[in-house]
Amino acid sequence: MSNEQIKNLEEIFEARIARDEKIEAKDWMPEKYRKTHIRQISQHAHSEIVGMLPEGNWISRAPSLRRKAALLAKVQDEAGHGLYLYSACETLGVSREELYQQLHSGKAKYSSIFNYPTLTWADMGAIGWLVDGAAIINQVPLCNTSFGPYARAMVRVCKEESFHQRQGFEIMLKLCNGSKEQKDMAQDALNRWWWPSLMMLGPTDAESVHTEQSMKWKLKRKSNDDLRQQFIDQTVPQADLLGLTIPDPDLKLNKQTGSYDFGAIDWDEFWQVVKGHGPCNKERIRARVAAWDNGAWVRDAAMAHAAKKDEQKIKIAI
Amino acid sequence: MENQHLYNYILGIADNSLILGQRLGELCGHGPSLETDIAGTNISLDLIGQTRSFYQYAAKISGENKTEDDIAFLRLERGYKNVLLVEQPNTHFGYVMGRQYLFDVFHLLLLNELQFSKDQTLAAIAKKGIKEVSYHKRFSGDWIKRLGDGTQESTTKMQEAIDDLWPYTDELFDMTEADTAMVQEGIGVDVSKLKESYYKEVTTLLTQATLKIPQIDYFSRGGKNGVHSEHMGYLLADLQYMQRTYPNMQW
Amino acid sequence: MDNNWPLWEIFVRSKNGLEHRHFGSLHAADADMALENARDVYTRRNEGVSIWVVKSSDITASNPDNNGELFEPAKDKVYRHPTFYKLPDEIKHM
Repeated sequence: MSNEQIKNLEEIFEARIARDEKIEAKDWMPEKYRKTHIRQISQHAHSEIVGMLPEGNWISRAPSLRRKAALLAKVQDEAGHGLYLYSACETLGVSREELYQQLHSGKAKYSSIFNYPTLTWADMGAIGWLVDGAAIINQVPLCNTSFGPYARAMVRVCKEESFHQRQGFEIMLKLCNGSKEQKDMAQDALNRWWWPSLMMLGPTDAESVHTEQSMKWKLKRKSNDDLRQQFIDQTVPQADLLGLTIPDPDLKLNKQTGSYDFGAIDWDEFWQVVKGHGPCNKERIRARVAAWDNGAWVRDAAMAHAAKKDEQKIKIAI
Repeated sequence: MENQHLYNYILGIADNSLILGQRLGELCGHGPSLETDIAGTNISLDLIGQTRSFYQYAAKISGENKTEDDIAFLRLERGYKNVLLVEQPNTHFGYVMGRQYLFDVFHLLLLNELQFSKDQTLAAIAKKGIKEVSYHKRFSGDWIKRLGDGTQESTTKMQEAIDDLWPYTDELFDMTEADTAMVQEGIGVDVSKLKESYYKEVTTLLTQATLKIPQIDYFSRGGKNGVHSEHMGYLLADLQYMQRTYPNMQW
Repeated sequence: MDNNWPLWEIFVRSKNGLEHRHFGSLHAADADMALENARDVYTRRNEGVSIWVVKSSDITASNPDNNGELFEPAKDKVYRHPTFYKLPDEIKHM
């Protein structure tokens, strides 16, 4: 194809998206669109399955049977969400195994928040309340994104996700209505998860490389800073209700804007964690690699068994 | 307690589900594929659900203002009545499926009888459980066939797991004092009578999976009377951690 | 040998009376496993009463490049639609 032809196709393509038409996997798409989507969807999928680890930690230690069942169901949902998203990504011609390779080699990124440790039971509450809360803000607009398989996966994810934040908040509520030790535990969790949750919504607009293009493709509907403000504005009253203090002395309601002004985010920490120097980066990847490597003989056996069964079927047929 | 035998009988059944559910829960996120993680979690959730129904009933008849969580978390190791089989660790996926299948076959035989219990509550819990456990057995049985008759490596590994787990199977059919008392009242199941069907079914599937049936005459037992393996203490340390560290709190 | 589990497309009937609808995909070594996995992945919230699984590689799809010739000719065949025919308002039950 000549450059001119490609340019023409690109214009038609962009016009389709502008008209809110969905792009399906086998449609012609600019190479950059394909690559950007593989990157974003796989990052999202990786975040789901790495995210299983810090919470999975507490399944065996959940304080009641009811909580144990809820946490199991939640972590299971994350596996499901990872699966939907990997599947969406696979429609673009990349296999789940290739995507795993990228994760295992450190080439692919995932949400940095999961590189923080879960130290107490209250962290299960804080993650549900804050991390899932921030994730929902990020994800709801994606139900309308331009790439059909991603949008459909996100509809399913968002539908299932709604119980996650509620179960997290309920954990916090119970702690805050409990003993002093429980309340302290809840405050400590908020202290540790607050800033990473704000960072989770992405670097400030000035430093965000992908925003403009992503907006056009409806991979993003609002800027990182707008999303962050939305998150803070909805979360502060919830913290008040719990009787917890947000660990930011500069946090103050701005009467003019109706929004909360907040203190400076430590972006050095953010970039350190992104670069692999967070408290648990190594453990998380090691756990994923171990699961994959230790499972190789199982996956191989299943394939070998399937081949044997097929052979038998053929023999019987003959 | 008036119904001491019934209480112990319920725990004897439910503790197996609790401990096996706990073991499966440990695996979540560490399995060979996302699909198997999701399946394993489903089984764990079924088992925890059954556990809760049983414990809630036990708590009710205890007459001591107990909750399901008191029963689940606040006993001494010697008070847990699960069989040794279900507390065995997740050594590798072959052990996980082996343990599961060897228990599922028994579990289904048990529930199939328990649904006719004179005790309406037990009968109802059993009826609901039958559907769940039928699926567990299908799932674990299919996996044993895949691993047993897969690659050379998987055959070796699956055989190793069966060999190691086999000595724990005979205990499933031991009758405790509570068992005997409940059988007499038409409430409990005579598990000793399930033995023949059990070994017949298990042997058929293992043979289909090209695995050898271990020929041993010494079996390990003790769990039903609270004498567990060394693994149990670590399992309980996790299970009970919160309730022991923060006593008398609501979660 | 490629030992990665192949991809399967999952179709679920939500309740009797409705058609099977495409729900998504997943990996499995064989059809039985695909069914079991589909049950656990796509119907764990009580979403279905029947499942079909089809190996993705067994699906033949139309090529979107041919969409013009495949689908556009149907666009102007308005006489296939009831509204094309003008009838007096007094006519009922038609």
